[in-house]
Amino acid sequence: MPVACQHCQKAAATVHLTDIVQGEKRERHLCADCAEEEGVIMKTTPVPLNEVLSKFVMQKAAVQELADLTCEQCGMTFVEFRSHGLLGCPNDYDAFRRAMDPLIERTHEGTTQHVGKTPLRMDPAARNKMDMIRLQRELSQSVTDEKYEEAARLRDQIQRMKSE
Amino acid sequence: MKDLDQLIGHIGAWLVHSGPMNDVVISSRVRLARNLAGFPFLLKSDESQRKEIHRTLYETVLQTSWGPKMVYVDVEKASALDRQLMVERNLISRQLAEIEGSRGVAFLPEETMSLMINEEDHLRMQVIRSGLQLAELWQEIDAIDNDLLSKVDFAFHEQYGFLTACPTNVGTGIRVSVMLHLPALKLAGELEKVSHAAKDMHLAVRGLHGEGTEATGDFYQVSNQTTLGRSESEIIHEFNDVIIPRIVEYERLARQVLLKDRQAALDDKIWRAYGVLENARTMSTEETLFLLSHLRMGVNMGRLSNIPIDTINDLFLRTQPAHLQKMSGSILDGEARSIARADYIRKRLASDN
Repeated sequence: MPVACQHCQKAAATVHLTDIVQGEKRERHLCADCAEEEGVIMKTTPVPLNEVLSKFVMQKAAVQELADLTCEQCGMTFVEFRSHGLLGCPNDYDAFRRAMDPLIERTHEGTTQHVGKTPLRMDPAARNKMDMIRLQRELSQSVTDEKYEEAARLRDQIQRMKSE
Repeated sequence: MKDLDQLIGHIGAWLVHSGPMNDVVISSRVRLARNLAGFPFLLKSDESQRKEIHRTLYETVLQTSWGPKMVYVDVEKASALDRQLMVERNLISRQLAEIEGSRGVAFLPEETMSLMINEEDHLRMQVIRSGLQLAELWQEIDAIDNDLLSKVDFAFHEQYGFLTACPTNVGTGIRVSVMLHLPALKLAGELEKVSHAAKDMHLAVRGLHGEGTEATGDFYQVSNQTTLGRSESEIIHEFNDVIIPRIVEYERLARQVLLKDRQAALDDKIWRAYGVLENARTMSTEETLFLLSHLRMGVNMGRLSNIPIDTINDLFLRTQPAHLQKMSGSILDGEARSIARADYIRKRLASDN
């Protein structure tokens, strides 16, 4: 016999928590929806792109201007992208920029800034900027991991780059 | 190597049992997606643009230090059977085999590296090795990517990184996947947990043949889904040193528990599988995978000692439809393939005894 959710009293409880609050043991039984609502669990399953896209477009359906976005280089419209799930050319990323940021954020764990490798032949200023972003990130990670020697090395490298 | 028939004479180097943690990890693979700057993605390319992209990439690949050693196949002109053969050997994707238009593949004769031209992106490069060797694979693919980057411009965006036809691959364009054999976790009913944990970490868990396939014979492919916001080496490090070793430990533990608590049932499964493989007269692909999985488990757990793992890997590869037809030298229907498959398995197992 499944236990009913202590919050909504309706659905079967599937999340079982044991808290120790000031030495006292407290048990709670919640259904997945209530647990999510209370922030106890997070639904983190990656959402398929098509689903994100259609939800996203539905949400913004009122905003006709998004649907009207068109890439001047390849002629692709945002609506067309939505139906294929594929873009028409590199310029679409800029042509659909307003729609792209939130979309990329949702499919890439909340980030929109590339921190990986950059082409060797890239414009030096742009390359420098990307390297800086990456180094800052690595620095904060090494502090979190308590790798202080590495953190010091990264800090020096960042200082050197700033003064160049 | 002009003739793809020569491929069936050996198995790809990545299938030769030698890599680290190979009792659980069959193979590791790293893929990068790239597109030439100045061209539309394939959805908006007409046939003449596709041909130009194809030619440009083919010529560039030839100029790299790997180029002269590589085998090149014009996939558009290849026969359906040859395309299927390359899919079975992991040299090309099902998508590259099935789409239309100008497209090709260049690969090393050892089959450890292949470069697909005009798949979903202009260029999809992949490297593959036996066992868990992601750090080595990253070095290798990074080197060929750098070689190509010194010769052509790939579409790159200051904020979004390397641009891909699908925004789910944008940024690094990297896909890391590891093929795992998890029979003990499956028998112990613990796979759900692994699968949930993987999903919480934004990883995809798929069957043997990648996207959209069910896991058959206890083989699972784990891969990253997020390609932006973390560097390639961070992604590789997390897989190589954290995620995969944990799953491997978990599987090894489940194997020890099986040996301790359910030895008779375990041996029964293994020896039944062996008995059927040695004697059956017709055999489907699914049954083959299921039985070979038990056989592999038996060998890796020390319950069966007279069968080399390489024989089992050979059977995985050569019992696939295109391989059976290439070996018999004729087109076989489903029923004929089931007979040829059972024949091949019996002979192969007998030749090792």
